[in-house]
Amino acid sequence: MNNKTEEQDLNLVIAGHVDHGKSTIIGRMLADTDSLPDGKLEQVKETCRKNSKPFEYAFLLDALKDEQAQGITIDSARVFFQTDYRQYIILDAPGHIEFLKNMVTGAARAEAALLVIDASEGVRENSRRHGYMLSMLGIKQIAVVVNKMDLVDYDEDTYNQIVEEYTDFLTEIGLEAERFIPVSGMLGDNVADRSGNMDWFEGKTVLEQLDSFENAALPHNKPYRMPVQDVYKFTKGGDDRRIVAGTVAAGELNVGDEVVFYPSGKKSTVKTIEGFEEDKQHKVKVGKATGFTLDEQIYITRGELASRADEAEPQVSARIKANLFWLARQDLVKDKVYHLKLGTAKVKARLEKINRVIDASNLNQDEAKEKIERHDVAEVVFKLDKAMAFDLAGEIEETSRFVIVDDFEIAGGGIISEAMEDEQSWVREKVMRRNYNWEQSLISREDRAEKYNQKSTLILITGEEDVGKKPTAKALEKRLFNDGKVVYFLGIGNLLYGVDADIKNGDNGHKEEHLRRLAEVSHLMLDAGAILVVTAVELTQSDLELIKTTVNPQQIETVWLGDRVTTDLEFDLHIPEFTSEAEVSAQIKGLLQDRGIIFRPW
Amino acid sequence: MDHLDKLESRSIHILREAYSEFNNICMLWSVGKDSTVMLWLARKAFFGHVPIPLVHIDTSYMIPEMIEHRDKLAKKWNLDMIYGQDEETLAAGETFPNGKATHLECCGRLKTDALKNTLNGNWRRYRYNHNKDEYELDSNREPYTGVIVGARADEEGSRSKERYFSPRDRNNDWDIGDQPPEFWDQYKTDFAPGTHVRIHPLLDWTELDVWEYIQREKIPMVSLYFDQGEGKRYRSLGCAPCTEPVESTASTVDEVVEELKTGKFANVAERDGRAQDKEDGGGLEELRKDGYM
Repeated sequence: MNNKTEEQDLNLVIAGHVDHGKSTIIGRMLADTDSLPDGKLEQVKETCRKNSKPFEYAFLLDALKDEQAQGITIDSARVFFQTDYRQYIILDAPGHIEFLKNMVTGAARAEAALLVIDASEGVRENSRRHGYMLSMLGIKQIAVVVNKMDLVDYDEDTYNQIVEEYTDFLTEIGLEAERFIPVSGMLGDNVADRSGNMDWFEGKTVLEQLDSFENAALPHNKPYRMPVQDVYKFTKGGDDRRIVAGTVAAGELNVGDEVVFYPSGKKSTVKTIEGFEEDKQHKVKVGKATGFTLDEQIYITRGELASRADEAEPQVSARIKANLFWLARQDLVKDKVYHLKLGTAKVKARLEKINRVIDASNLNQDEAKEKIERHDVAEVVFKLDKAMAFDLAGEIEETSRFVIVDDFEIAGGGIISEAMEDEQSWVREKVMRRNYNWEQSLISREDRAEKYNQKSTLILITGEEDVGKKPTAKALEKRLFNDGKVVYFLGIGNLLYGVDADIKNGDNGHKEEHLRRLAEVSHLMLDAGAILVVTAVELTQSDLELIKTTVNPQQIETVWLGDRVTTDLEFDLHIPEFTSEAEVSAQIKGLLQDRGIIFRPW
Repeated sequence: MDHLDKLESRSIHILREAYSEFNNICMLWSVGKDSTVMLWLARKAFFGHVPIPLVHIDTSYMIPEMIEHRDKLAKKWNLDMIYGQDEETLAAGETFPNGKATHLECCGRLKTDALKNTLNGNWRRYRYNHNKDEYELDSNREPYTGVIVGARADEEGSRSKERYFSPRDRNNDWDIGDQPPEFWDQYKTDFAPGTHVRIHPLLDWTELDVWEYIQREKIPMVSLYFDQGEGKRYRSLGCAPCTEPVESTASTVDEVVEELKTGKFANVAERDGRAQDKEDGGGLEELRKDGYM
């Protein structure tokens, strides 16, 4: 382990069809480079002796009992070994189709791949599928190892046929192998040492090929991106820093840079770059887990994507087109709610459209398929519950990749190829512009909440006509006012004839613009620290979504009044019947106390 | 970024993900080198603070210096320190050192059972009170749903199969054949009620990485790792009766690093001195399925 340039260690994945000899090649590399800890080889040989099995190089990896019983690699084991040039971390990827998700786990972290094909069996289904997965996962350096050459008498023609067939396949999926190498893992031909059995081959050995792979470069020269993991305020010991924490996904950030957070569009300036027990930094580069403080206290949360105002901005949308691979037993279907996770953002997502499904083992395409099954690859459109910030594949890979969570499990992965228009796009753009240009006060949201002893909140009271929404809202306003709260009842009519005076009356097509203006006015009132009470007839979920685009969703409480619920609204409180406005306003006050919006005495 | 920088950033990223995604997490701290490095990384991740409780399983057979070191750092770094133990077994004396249990049975009780029941809140927890400078019975019995553990993939076979975020089901079972996929820095952070997760921020580190990081960061280590003039030091720490020191004159971090790189340990497995690994071919894997760290 001495004399290795530690900077150069390389993550390598070995993929290929089941039984084509991946583990044997790894075992051989470990043994031939003297990379095994002293105890390991003896331990495995001893296990073989006890079980009366001949020793095989593959057993070095199969350290687990149940794995040996099945005789297949079930997981992406991590194995370390070194050549004279550098250290390698091998991520072994099981070739059995059952374990594609393990193959993906191993391959996704690799900087280069060896794809193993059995010379006697030729190109098989998973030789192709693994090649396809490597291309989707973004692995660009690939060498193909044609193994078990001893079984075909080291025949050059057999080798050439495989090279030709697999080269054609790789070309179709847009990949190119750096090299093909004929080897025998069992006997050691062309792994560490040049084979005397294949004089016709003049290329590199496997180890020489590994040493010629380059370390994957982090995206230094791309626009700065950092998914916000959290905003920390640890007050212990008088610490008053408020630190935006995350790992830099691309580019770099300097003290004094203007940062913009998306999808909110909020903007501030970097005051300090924070660390622990290290010299003050003025710049932080890609790959670093870091944190910074801001000049002005803006309210942002986990899931926003930090970028620089002087660089290209990320995409923001609630509809995306993507290329996707599916790993779960349960199909990916329409009309089901999934979670999509990208960077640190997590949003609800629905499958809107399947453009085409591809069988990765033979590249057959199906444009009529209505669901996506395990191991399928597909081009799809997702509709998201709320907008998310991201980049497109080909621009910044790191922030274009997402996973889909189904029933608590990561079920598939995808790469965004296009940001599509969605219903709220027009409002969101206005909101982002507003946030971007927002004039920051010296008084923060927290300051106001502390002063007024309340969290500013929009209370939306809705229901059918004539169920008593307005009297309830006014009674609630009075009650909270008497309690000393900063509260305001905003009558819709007061908006219609003032703020909305330029919109033609009775024109239904303008409902969304009315809602947008209502939401903007609400936003101002909430920023001033108030509890705002608004009534609306039969509010729908999509109305609420539009309001949420403008007003922070965590600052909205919805109440449905009356026993008949006539829309799809997912409300916070339902009051089916009541005898007096005093009673119902007491119930709503209870909700506010439950949510910690106002104080509840013991 | 050099090798250690990369390892450090990934581990910090994982610690922060764990802290943001789980309400009730703790970090296991054995006072050994790996989990002490992990604790150091937590201080970096949270800018000098450790907002996660540290749990130590005290078998009562720990080498005394370890407990001293634990309490010294707990005070100095203002840690939320908790310990738990198998009080029943200890009271009955049914342990290996007493000749009343095998190695594996003893580990199973004092470590695995104690850990399981300390985490789920069934057994008593003791929490350090910084004002009184003493441990007192912890009134909080909430189960921890996320446990951060300093396991490394290079330690032995079964650990190389772990994920960064590794689920355990209701019965603490680890289904090695059916683990969640993990790619593009996305981890399994959604859990069905009743299940919990082990989080392994150090999975990619080797023993040498750990020591080189200790060297670079000047992380305080318990003196047992260094030769005190008798030509012996511990390479791996555990209970006094079952952990043997190795012959070595390395008395500083620099000398330990040098010894690991070029000396006699360059090719000897770290856990060589641990008895429980040898008793059964799949000993550690069986223990791990049952909750052993």
